[in-house]
Amino acid sequence: MEVARFWRTTGQRYRLTGEVCPNCGKPIFPPRDVCPVCTKEARTPFTFSGKGEVYSYSTIHVPPQGFERFAPYTVALVRLAEGPLVTAQLTDVDEAEVYIGMPVEMVTRVLREDGERGMLVYGYKFRPARPVRDDAPKSAAEPAHVSETVPDAPAEVGPSAAQVAMASATA
Amino acid sequence: MTLMRPVKPVGITGYGAYVPRYRLPGQAISDLWTGGNVAPPVNEKAVPGLDEDVATMSIEAARNAIARASYADPGFSPADLGAVWVGSESHPYAVKPTSTIVAEAIGATPYTQAADWQFACKAGTEAIQAAIGFVGSGMAAYALAIGMDAAQGRPGDALEYTAGAGGAAFVIGPAEHALVEIEGSVSYVTDTPDFWRRQYEKFPEHAGRFTGEPAYFHHITSSVTALLQAMNLSARDFAYAVFHQPNVKFPLKVGEELGFTREQLRPGLLVNEIGNTYAGSSVIGLTAILDIAQPGDRILLASFGSGAGSDAFCLRVKKTAPAKHVWTTREYVQRRTPIDYAQYARMKGNYKLN
Amino acid sequence: MRDVSIIGIGQTPVGEHWDKSLRELGFQALHAAMNDSGVERVDALYVGNMLSGELTGQEHLGALIADFAGLRGIEAIKVEAACGSGAAALRVGYMAVASGLHDIVACVGVEKMTDQQSDTVTSALATAADAEYEALQGLSFVSINALLMRRYMHEYGYKKEDFANFAITAHANAMNNPYAMFHTPITREQFATAKPIADPINLLDSSPIADGAACVILAPTAIAKEFTGKPVRVRAMAIATDTLAIHDRRDPLYLEGGAISAQKAYAMANVGPSDIDLFEVHDAFTIMSALSLEAAGFAPRGQGVRLAMEGEIGLNGRIPITTMGGLKARGHPVGATGMYQIVEVVEQLREEAGANQVKNARLGMAQNIGGSGATVVTTILERL
Repeated sequence: MEVARFWRTTGQRYRLTGEVCPNCGKPIFPPRDVCPVCTKEARTPFTFSGKGEVYSYSTIHVPPQGFERFAPYTVALVRLAEGPLVTAQLTDVDEAEVYIGMPVEMVTRVLREDGERGMLVYGYKFRPARPVRDDAPKSAAEPAHVSETVPDAPAEVGPSAAQVAMASATA
Repeated sequence: MTLMRPVKPVGITGYGAYVPRYRLPGQAISDLWTGGNVAPPVNEKAVPGLDEDVATMSIEAARNAIARASYADPGFSPADLGAVWVGSESHPYAVKPTSTIVAEAIGATPYTQAADWQFACKAGTEAIQAAIGFVGSGMAAYALAIGMDAAQGRPGDALEYTAGAGGAAFVIGPAEHALVEIEGSVSYVTDTPDFWRRQYEKFPEHAGRFTGEPAYFHHITSSVTALLQAMNLSARDFAYAVFHQPNVKFPLKVGEELGFTREQLRPGLLVNEIGNTYAGSSVIGLTAILDIAQPGDRILLASFGSGAGSDAFCLRVKKTAPAKHVWTTREYVQRRTPIDYAQYARMKGNYKLN
Repeated sequence: MRDVSIIGIGQTPVGEHWDKSLRELGFQALHAAMNDSGVERVDALYVGNMLSGELTGQEHLGALIADFAGLRGIEAIKVEAACGSGAAALRVGYMAVASGLHDIVACVGVEKMTDQQSDTVTSALATAADAEYEALQGLSFVSINALLMRRYMHEYGYKKEDFANFAITAHANAMNNPYAMFHTPITREQFATAKPIADPINLLDSSPIADGAACVILAPTAIAKEFTGKPVRVRAMAIATDTLAIHDRRDPLYLEGGAISAQKAYAMANVGPSDIDLFEVHDAFTIMSALSLEAAGFAPRGQGVRLAMEGEIGLNGRIPITTMGGLKARGHPVGATGMYQIVEVVEQLREEAGANQVKNARLGMAQNIGGSGATVVTTILERL
């Protein structure tokens, strides 16, 4: 179990905290302590917005060990809004929907687990971005299914249906 | 003293929901286990993706809540959260807090309280009540309370139809910055074992029809009646009401018994579309209401947790938050990808890979 | 600095050597090369290998193979630079002879991959990439190349089928290489419909997992003729590096390490791309062939694929590549691959390439790539 290895990078992986170069101002992710542009030391923390777009993508059909249960899954190079490219999985998306230039946003998800007994490793992935809306759709006054399917009085469809309804009251 | 009110007035300064994108139709479960002979109690339920659990879902709801809180109070920062509390009955670890994962991801660490709450389906509202006390006493400026679940139902069991996934997060803070003022709350608890899951068991057990009258109806009716009495209010004083929603019938029935109309209940009733989200069930209904409520609207929130108890809240809307950059609850509900039972079984980890 | 030449070569067939261990493969190639050169002892042994620790649970290959070959006592170390390990080992041997530290040096590239199931090998290969920021995100090594290929197609307007000739040419050339893994031609149709590995890369874009070992013996050019009538001179050699992760590159579609190492080698040899008679390219995936051709100056940026489409990479084309089958069809025993490339260039320069002989080959070049371009070794060999 590689506990310390994951623990020391939680800030990067959970919330995309990288660095910004105090010398030239370039935002850096993943953090690398030496600015790739001006090669000066860069250790000032900087948290990225998580917004970006797909630079390239690939769907993995033959996964490495530890990722079998996710296959097939899509990975991407994402160009962050602040500039850097980052390598990550896409999630909440169907392969056919993905295109180069697709706007995406960062989410924190399970990256892998060390079997049933080991620790869970969380980290950044990206999913299709929610469009920015001035006036997003509000909660519908009439939720789609309620008005159609809810009888006026609780109707017992049959003994087993009643059992279902009662039991699911729980929790 | 039945009614609980803090020394300092507090409110909800930010709220956020989360629902995973996958949906399993109840009919698929009925077809598989009963040959289609049982009418499903809900149309479909939300199912978490392979990379989702209560920690990841809580993080997203919390980020939405923080985004709204930052609008309500531009000076607010996640570092101001004096507590990060996650109520759930499906924490990813049996031992190790979910709340530290969430606190780390939203930037609330290290000077914060963090804890996981557990009381079946009312773990979220009890975290809210504790947060009211925390902020109302002056121990913290803000506190984050989350109700979230990725519920488990044994394959073929009645619970499998409704055991959904989702929930909501709330930033509790001073009333002067709040979107919603919390006017008062009541908690009503007895030892009523209608539903449980023993240590090391994967799926919960339930007491069949016993979960109805002595458990759900008795506790909610008691908490709400006490709250209305103490506040000197009646059902007519509320624009909306939301109850724990394990199925469609129960909240409608208990609402009717308490004098609420279908119209008051409908905006917060999501169970037919996302299933019973357990600790998230009543609170995500509240977020759907907050997305449409107007200043001045009064809202009744009543949870139910098996075991058993009910927390009832009287809320009053002060202002609304624009939805420009934040997912609304309705958007999450409408973001749906239907799956079949085989995909569902895979997502729930019911196939042994190694 | 002394001038260095190759005085002997040896190789095992590339394939699934179920009956041979890592040390046996290494020894077999070493033994063949020593026989070829006529030397009975070497002063030092440098072993290029990438995955022995991951796949065989065995590191410390220098001493292991030296001992197994009856060379106990000599200087021997393992050299690792991912898929560039083979040529990296040659580089160490070259430095040892050129510096005057040693006279006769053996450089072996060896890899034993088939002792493990393919999922283990997939994970092991991912160690060539950035473990923290690529592999941990669930990327396989293939998928990293797939990201490059997709972007390349997008930026330069190519279709997947445009890459077909890289694979087809490699398979055609392997037909006449007895050491190659595959002796089966492939068609455009097969290329288009092969099983996807990491979209858009499919099975026929990809070089196969294999076992194999290859070896060269180096000596100062001044005494090379004492051992062989056909010494091949190391005219130039250079290694350059780049970031492990492709997201850290200034431009992911430009193999900066490939360009730098090629430019240095050209400068050292005082030649240019037009002087090169054949180019053993690191065709781990079809996209890598295109990027390597561009980095080495055989095509402008975005035009590497065009060389394949226009048939310029064939044995009679403008720049023959993968003349003995390349990684694609000779096979890609990763840490041995760089040495196979060198052995094959030597075969061409000695005019021992049989039906695949490139006419009047005098200068041959090889580019061995570690990872997706983080280590690139360019070697220019010359017939004396």
